[in-house]
Amino acid sequence: MSVLVYTETLNGKFKKNAFEAASYAFDLAQKIGQPLVAIAFNAENCDALFNYGVSKVLHIKQENLATFNAKVYAKVISEIALSQSTSTLILSATTDAKYMGGILAAKLKAGFAPNVVAAPLSIEPLVVKRMTFSNKGFAHTRINTDFRIIGVSNNSFGLVENNVEGTVEEISADISDSDFNTRSVNVERVTGKVTIADADIVVSGGRGLKGPENWGMVEELAEVLGAATACSKPVSDMGWRSHSEHVGQTGKPVACNLYIAIGISGAIQHLAGINASKVKVVINTDPEAPFFKAADYGIVGDAFEVVPELIEKLKEFKAQNA
Amino acid sequence: MKILVCISNVPDTTSKINFTDNDTKFDTNGVQFVINPNDEFGLTRAMWFKEKQGAVVHVATVGEIQVEPTMRKALAIGADEAIRVNAQPIDGFFVASQLAEVVRQGGYDLVIAGRESIDYNGGMVPGIMAELLDMSFVNTCIGLEIEGDRAKAIREIDGGKESIETSLPLVIGGQKGLVDESDLRIPNMRGIMMARQKKLTVIEPSNVSPATQDTKFEKPAPKGDVKLVDANNVEELVSLLHREAKVI
Ligand SMILES: Cc1cc2nc3c(=O)[nH]c(=O)nc-3n(C[C@H](O)[C@H](O)[C@H](O)COP(=O)(O)OP(=O)(O)OC[C@H]3O[C@@H](n4cnc5c(N)ncnc54)[C@H](O)[C@@H]3O)c2cc1C
Ligand SMILES: Nc1ncnc2c1ncn2[C@@H]1O[C@H](COP(=O)(O)O)[C@@H](O)[C@H]1O
Repeated sequence: MSVLVYTETLNGKFKKNAFEAASYAFDLAQKIGQPLVAIAFNAENCDALFNYGVSKVLHIKQENLATFNAKVYAKVISEIALSQSTSTLILSATTDAKYMGGILAAKLKAGFAPNVVAAPLSIEPLVVKRMTFSNKGFAHTRINTDFRIIGVSNNSFGLVENNVEGTVEEISADISDSDFNTRSVNVERVTGKVTIADADIVVSGGRGLKGPENWGMVEELAEVLGAATACSKPVSDMGWRSHSEHVGQTGKPVACNLYIAIGISGAIQHLAGINASKVKVVINTDPEAPFFKAADYGIVGDAFEVVPELIEKLKEFKAQNA
Repeated sequence: MKILVCISNVPDTTSKINFTDNDTKFDTNGVQFVINPNDEFGLTRAMWFKEKQGAVVHVATVGEIQVEPTMRKALAIGADEAIRVNAQPIDGFFVASQLAEVVRQGGYDLVIAGRESIDYNGGMVPGIMAELLDMSFVNTCIGLEIEGDRAKAIREIDGGKESIETSLPLVIGGQKGLVDESDLRIPNMRGIMMARQKKLTVIEPSNVSPATQDTKFEKPAPKGDVKLVDANNVEELVSLLHREAKVI
């Protein structure tokens, strides 16, 4: 038996989520006394996984798997899971991993618990704690099947280093043209910008910023912090910012270390989407804005005065701590 | 083209979430139920296919009788028929298996589900269905065009989007972006009247064991009070984020 973790890469590099999934998988593997195996596609530095408890990496690099394809990747992963007598497959919560989650659950007849936020509550039977009701609650979910799949929520378990001796095995997957009923014809990915999914810090603007012309300071603040930019729903509905920046219950979920909300009132649908973030800061003129009840730190004040000042102070701080 | 829209009946987005029976059940007391927002985008896109391409649109929900008002709302928006699988939606695997059976019986070309339900947050029903039915599958779908048995879809990826070509039969997991927000429809009086006449078939579930079981629920720990920093002392915030919160 083994624990298998899918470790996602982007442009050959492991994503942070991959290391977090591996950290979770190692903890589980220790507890159930099984070895930890990782599967990676197109990685340049498989050795990096040895720092997170992975003792065997199965690596696949081949032309027809260069671009992610959910069905094809899921086929490869499920075949490997069977060949490794896997008991538990660990996924992260990236868009691609979530795309495969259902497919894999059906292929492997596995109980699948997604959005898991902590180490298992019980090992036998396996019970995990997962986010439900859009961050307004947690469920203790028992997985009934022999084969189990766990999806680890972003930024929940954290990165836990465990240096182990490991090996990398190059393998090939038997994939034919007929497996590609769904074909990727074009991928547009912003480059040189932190994405909301991967960001440690997110700076978010709401209707209080009055118009798209005022986003310069939001972007500057994000740049100083190395953060991603986001916005509330009305801001994207009005076309001030692109839909891809909309966060909240009907937008993207955010689970970062620091979320800074500027001119956002804190409606329940907005908070549901960002509540999993560790530290929340609000800047708002209205002391009664509901966001102050959800935030850790707050400034009652005009964003047009506070934000430029914050940028200055952060620059000074960065200069001192460089 | 025959379309099935899978509709999850969920608490209104403004609902306060509480649990009862020793924290083993969701407390529906005083809660309003609505069409899952991701499914509403999908239903709206289905209406477009109905009006522009003559598609027939059915909706299906796995749920007990209490879900029928939400199904009637989908009929009032314009779906032609509804199918209710008379069972408690225990987990994603169970629900997807029931819906897959509806798809097999009905011979649908396109199955539109949502990326995620806002209560269970499984994000798994469309993927499981697609695999059980051996259909093509596009998740986090933000654009869909169909011509004959070919489909062009756009899917959101982390940090961008991807254009995809595939073929029917197809399952999608839809979300915001699939239609414009302004295209969402509020049922009018005529739609509501017509919905009463439309067929709502109730079928009994097939025998499937759930793969998981939620045994207990908890609410997030109550949050401490916000620490306010004076607007004239922004430096203090920088220092707190560094020293106390340790996030910068
Ligand atoms: C089904 C449904 C789903 C929804 N999903 C989402 C979602 O996913 N995400 C989401 O964000 N919303 C969502 N909403 C909308 C949500 O209910 C709110 O309408 C929305 O979040 C409000 O956006 P806002 O805070 O930017 O604007 P407002 O509520 O208008 O708040 C603006 C804030 O800016 C402050 N302000 C004004 N001037 C200044 C200034 N100079 N400096 C500082 N502050 C200032 C004001 O005091 C106010 O608090 C949803 C609604 C529904 C019905
Ligand atoms: N009980 C249900 N009845 C019909 N469709 C459902 C049900 N539960 C989930 N779905 C569909 O599956 C999608 C994803 O749900 P979930 O896997 O629960 O996040 C939803 O957006 C619906 O389209």
